[in-house]
Amino acid sequence: MRSSDIRNHLSRFRVGIAGAGGLGSNCAAALARSGVGTLVICDYDVIEPANLSRQSYFTNQVGTLKTIALKENIARINPDIIVLAYTEKLTRTNIPKIYSGCDIIVEAFDRDDMKEMIIETVQSEMPGVPLIVGSGVAGWGNTDSIRCRKIDDTLYVCGDESTEVSEEHPLMAPRVGIAANMQADTVVELLMKKSSDYFRL
Amino acid sequence: MKIILNNREEMLPGETLTVSEMLLLKKFSFKMRIIKINGVLVPKDKYDSTLIKEGDNVQMLYLMSGG
Repeated sequence: MRSSDIRNHLSRFRVGIAGAGGLGSNCAAALARSGVGTLVICDYDVIEPANLSRQSYFTNQVGTLKTIALKENIARINPDIIVLAYTEKLTRTNIPKIYSGCDIIVEAFDRDDMKEMIIETVQSEMPGVPLIVGSGVAGWGNTDSIRCRKIDDTLYVCGDESTEVSEEHPLMAPRVGIAANMQADTVVELLMKKSSDYFRL
Repeated sequence: MKIILNNREEMLPGETLTVSEMLLLKKFSFKMRIIKINGVLVPKDKYDSTLIKEGDNVQMLYLMSGG
């Protein structure tokens, strides 16, 4: 497949991103550059100065909702991408509605209990939709320990599954970016396996 | 009994174990985790009542804050 055929193929898909922080903003940028046609993003937070240490935003966007700023940044990267942005807190109730029709969902939350909540929700309410989770991205160094592990056809985890964020292990751009791009790469890999015939059904 | 735990064969005592017993036995103390048995997610409130049997494929994934 040539590069233009790959972009054409990827343009037909819809990918959900849950959270627009370090993992979500960087993963969205990689998917937009790859040409994934529709991105569904959801977050309720506003950009704070400290976020700029790892999140794909800019100084003039501080104080702006992450959904608004991310939509703006994606349009600057690739105006052909359709972005559906929802500014609300994701819950067991709204996840199946907001991400309905998505071919794949990327988990990009900060908190472990939210990660658990979306895994339980997508696995029980949206059977068959692959979920790409991030877990263990804090600190620096030892990047070989960050990997993408396939649990089964519907669940993948990118990260080292052991480094938790703390005073000694803050979130920093390099490792967060590695994991976010690994999540994006897993999305591309899964979408490339989907046949184009899928759309003619 | 022999099970598969995160893609590796493991010998565990007895014919069956609950998920809680397995976690205790293996000294898996970290709280935030997802467990799937033969592809089916086991909710946390079912750890005491869900049995692991010979040949089961148990997948465990740890959830770390940060992202």
